[in-house]
Formats: sequence, C-alpha cells, structure tokens
Amino acid sequence: MEKAIEFENIGKQYRLGVISTGTISHDLNRWWSVHILRREDPYLKIGEVNDRSLAGESDYVWALRNINFSVEKGEVVGIIGRNGSGKSTLLKLLSRVTSPTTGKIVAEGRIASLLEVGTGFHPEMTGRENIFLNGAIMGMTKAEIARKLDEIVDFSGCERYLDTPVKRYSSGMIVRLGFAIAAHLEPEILVVDEVLAVGDAEFQQKAIGKMQDVAQGGGRTVLFVSHNMNAVRNLCRRGIVLNNGQLVYDGAVNDAVNFYLHNGCDSDIEGKEITAYISSSAYYIRIDKILYNGSSRDVTVISNNQSYVDLIVEGHTELPLKADLSLTIRNMDETPLASLSTGHFTGLLDHVPAGDFVLKKRIRLPHFLFKGTCLVDIALHQPGVSMHFYAPRAVRMEIEGNTGTYGHALQIKDNGLVGLECNDIE
Amino acid sequence: MQKMVITPHKSLWSIDWKELWRYRDLVGMFIRRNIVVQYKQTIIGPLWYIVQPVLTVIMNMIVFGGIAKMSTDGAPQILFYMVGNICWFYFADCLNQTSTTFSANQRMFGKVYFPRLVVPIAVVVSNLLRFGIQFMLFVAIYGYFLFNSAEVHPNAALLLLPVLVVMTGGLGLGFGILVSSLTTKYRDLTILFNFIVQLWMYATPIVYPLSMIGKRSLRTFIMINPMTSIVETFRYATLGQGYFSWALLAYSFIFMLLLLGFSIVIFNSVQRSFMDTI
Repeated sequence: MEKAIEFENIGKQYRLGVISTGTISHDLNRWWSVHILRREDPYLKIGEVNDRSLAGESDYVWALRNINFSVEKGEVVGIIGRNGSGKSTLLKLLSRVTSPTTGKIVAEGRIASLLEVGTGFHPEMTGRENIFLNGAIMGMTKAEIARKLDEIVDFSGCERYLDTPVKRYSSGMIVRLGFAIAAHLEPEILVVDEVLAVGDAEFQQKAIGKMQDVAQGGGRTVLFVSHNMNAVRNLCRRGIVLNNGQLVYDGAVNDAVNFYLHNGCDSDIEGKEITAYISSSAYYIRIDKILYNGSSRDVTVISNNQSYVDLIVEGHTELPLKADLSLTIRNMDETPLASLSTGHFTGLLDHVPAGDFVLKKRIRLPHFLFKGTCLVDIALHQPGVSMHFYAPRAVRMEIEGNTGTYGHALQIKDNGLVGLECNDIE
Repeated sequence: MQKMVITPHKSLWSIDWKELWRYRDLVGMFIRRNIVVQYKQTIIGPLWYIVQPVLTVIMNMIVFGGIAKMSTDGAPQILFYMVGNICWFYFADCLNQTSTTFSANQRMFGKVYFPRLVVPIAVVVSNLLRFGIQFMLFVAIYGYFLFNSAEVHPNAALLLLPVLVVMTGGLGLGFGILVSSLTTKYRDLTILFNFIVQLWMYATPIVYPLSMIGKRSLRTFIMINPMTSIVETFRYATLGQGYFSWALLAYSFIFMLLLLGFSIVIFNSVQRSFMDTI
C-alpha cells in the first residue's frame, strides 16, 4: 500500500508561563547559540513530558515527543487520548497551523483540516457569501464551489436562509452550513477534530454518515480525533492512543479503545471515580470503592461475548444493614431499560454486619445485547425501608453489541437493550 | 499528486509563490468581504467614503490655510489638501489594517492553513476601492477648476499616477506586515504604533508644500520619508506645483521594493509558528 502520511520523530515543545520581559533573555540566548555559535538550541535538550497535573521543574514541556507512525492511503485512523494528550497539537501540525519543533511530516496530497467548522464566517455576510468565503479559505477554487453550491445548500438544509446574514442564524444552522461546506471538500487527506460534538443528534448521524462515505467511497485518508468512542469505533479501523504527548498504542480500533478505557492509564484517562457520583448516602455508611466491570472509573466497555458484569462495592458501616445491591441501566435519554433488583423478586437481602464490608455480585448478561451507550445507576438499599447510598448515572457503559452473521450490530436506539431468543415449537 | 513536507525550519527565502497563486480566489473573496462588510446595513453605502476626505479637507482649509495661513504654492487650497489627504489616507489605511494581520486574525489562522500573505494583500487591494472613490471626488472638483481657473497645470507626469498608487500601497503593505510580524511576540511596538503613524503624517508634506521647508537638515529629513516624493509628484502632475525629481522618486521606489522584500521574508518566517507566541 502507498503511504499517505508519514510522521518521523515529530516533537513539539511549548514554553509555559507568560511572554514578557523574562522571556527575552531566553530568546537572546537561543539566538546567540543557534545563529552565532552555530550550536544546537539549548532549550531543546530540556523540557519534560507533558503531564499537566504535576508541577514541573522546567518551563518547557513537550506537547508531543518522538511520534513515529505512518498512515496508508485510504486508511481511516482514530486518534484518542485524554485532554492534553497531544491530539490537537498533532492535528495542528498536520494542518500547518503551527510547525513542529523536531522531526518531519511527509504527506502525499492535499490536506484539508477541519479543526472547526465555519472558520472565517463573517456574521454580516449572507449564507451564500459565506459559503464562497469559507470554501476558499479551505482551499477550494471559486469554480469548484460554484459547481457544488447546490449540493452544499441541500446538505446543510439552510436553503431558505441562504441570502440572510449569518448573524441571524441559529447556532445549529451555522454548524450545519459549516459542515456542509467541509463535507464537500475533496482533499486526498482529511483531518477532523471533534467537530461532531456539536449539532443535534440527527445532524451528528448525518455528519458521521458523510464521513463514512468519504472514508469508504472516496478511498481517502482520514484522521479523526474524538472523545466519542462510538464514533471512533464506527468510523475507524485503526486507532492510535496518545498519552502525555507520546504514542502509547497503535492497532486495531477496538483494541485501541479498550486500551484507552482500561489498560494501564486507568488513573490517567478522562473521567471520574464511580464513587464521585454518589449523590446521597446514609449517615452510617461510607463507600470507599466501587468497581464495575473491573474498573473504578465511570466509563467501561462491554465487549461482544461478555456474559457477565462484576459489581464490587467496598465500604464501612456503623450499623448492621439489610441490603439489596441494585442497578438500573438507562439509555442516553435516561429512559430505564433494565434493572437488577434481587430483593424485590426473591425477598432475599444481604445481611451486612457493622464494620468494613465488601459486596461482590456477578450480574449475568443476556445472550444478545444491542449496540450503544447506556448509563448505569448503582444503589444499595433495603427495599421500602431505607436507601443506604445512591449513585445515579454513575457509569457510562459502551456496549459493543453482537455483530451476528450480518456483519453489523443493531443499535440500542432502534431495538432496545436486549435481544430476545426463541426456539421452534415442536 | 502534490507532496508536502512539514519540517521545523525552512530557509528564510523559501516563499511559496506558486501556492499564493493557487489561493488567488481567496484573495478575491477577502477583498469582497472587506468591501461588502463595511457598508452592510447602510443606506448610502460606499458613498460614506467621501465624507472623511471632505471633512478633513475642510478642516485643513480652516486650520492650516485660514488660521495658520500656510502657503499652498499658489494651488487652490481645496485641491492641494485633497491630493495630500487621499494619498495619505490610502497609505495609512493600508498600514493600519495590515499591521494587525496576525493579531486580528489569530482565531482563523489558528484553525486553517492558507498562505497568510493573502490577508494583507487583500487589504491593500480592497482599500483601492476607497481610494478610487475619493479620487473620483478629486477628479470632479479638479475638473471644475480645470475649466474655470488657470491655477491648475496638468502635465505629462500624470502618466506616473498608477505607479504612485502602487508605490503607496506597497509601502503601506511593507510597513504594515513588518509591524505585524514584529509584534506577535513582543507587543511593545503596538502601543507606540498608532501614535507613530499620526506623527508620520506631519513628516510628510500633506498640509504644507515641501518648498516651504527652508532649513536644510529638516528638508533632508522630510525627503528621506519615502512618502514625500509620492505626494509631491502627485501634486506636480495634477496641479503643476510641487517638487518633482526622478532621483527622489526612484529612491522611494527602490525603498519600497527593498522594504517589501524584507517584510515578506520576515512575515513568511513568522507565519510558520506565530500561533505559539501570539
């Protein structure tokens, strides 16, 4: 396969703090060594790994360091990592908004970057004028835009407002118009930042659909950065995980997402402890740790053949409790889809003596689950008597779904959570 | 297929003219935007452009012509001041508007790459419209004087007018992008800059003729100012009064070329990484 983009030893260094009289001495020193003494830049040798949570020794940090990878033509690569891991810096380098400190990027073909939609829109100008302006900013020629004008207008669904200044548009319409223009660029390499995070659900679906067309139909190379794991999984075949400016994983997209959500960087990844979601707890109880599906963080992935989920709650109680550990799974608009409430059905409660306790439950999953994202409430209560603790929407559960024999997974939003099973009647 | 290599440092001289040419449609779009946006939601639109020179010329006639009784070398006051002012307005507009290229567009520059030089070039060209409208006003008044009085003497130097306009635009662009490049990291100059442009006007023969300056050192100082020969030649060509010298004009022209070359090189090297320092 032909290479579309190659990153060789890419690094990007930033200086922290403000620019003022203090920085001029560094500049003079750098200029003296590089231009007069013909030595290396003294400030390139220093600088630390970019971990924003730790106070550093040096004023210089490497937002990216030693990045080496290549992307083949027609590949769709998702770049994931927590905030500040260097994703956006990588895209900025690629879209030539800023230049790297070290290394080299070689790209074959025209790059269009979508770090934002509607860049350069002028509020006083009409939709039509802005289509031409924005298109030209993105590198299209006037003739190209004129040819695609109808398609763009159609895709954006803003026909009626075409000759109205953009300042009168709703923010959603601006995004639609911006994305419509971007979607009709025809670059060999498309670089997309989290522009899909805006707009309503319908439009997001449309946008992702368009990106899929671009990636599959056009044989074009796409680099896609997002926090939306579902979007990444839907769009990409390969995933790259960045952490603190370094490339920590490169492989198939599902493995990359799992690596990001679980592996190693558990304490690093975006998100909170599940225990942080406890909204109410009784005076006699303290919850130290909640593990859901093996992770104490609020995001987890349920993979294809998984037959159970473990829920472990550790804590301390002053009083002996009668308790029922319960769960409610909700879809993203918070409609309940399924619950665990053993006590209700069987009347059997756990008897927890005063002192430290550990409750461990293995929750069996139905054979077939549909694909999508769910929220999970976790609670410990004595039904009808008292609530020991309650953690609403504490875990975001990304269900991979069963692709079955048709090669694609059915979605929760269309089919609900559980796939029913049946037999032939004798 | 075009191949692109992104590296930390490029030679100072590697200016991609081909790329700039590829983005010529964008220059057109920016020109259109600059012009259209200025008179959106107005009734008389671009006619507003003549209000500024008219009021300024009237002020000049009252203050410098009337109160200070400064000479206009026998030319009609209204034409004398108008020539100076429309030249200066064009220069100062180009200069002021291009000097904020990086700071005013940092949001856009932070999101998309295109040759940054597109923006100041569009500014200089779109200001031509304003200059053109003001020049029309001048021509109208000039025509009146041409037929009704003997005080104006047009001559062959009129053929130089397009060159003078190009020189004015070039100087404005050159100084503007130089200031813009120098102030991305250390903004000290920005604070001084508006003030400098105001003072600069008085170092250019706008409200007085060069011939009025008797003192040799002062005269040399004013002639070093590259705008001087442009304004004086403009006056000479249209009114028949003013200082015309090929040597001084050539000096301004060469000054403009060198300045433009130097500024574009600096601008080009700053554009690669200004997002990190602005």
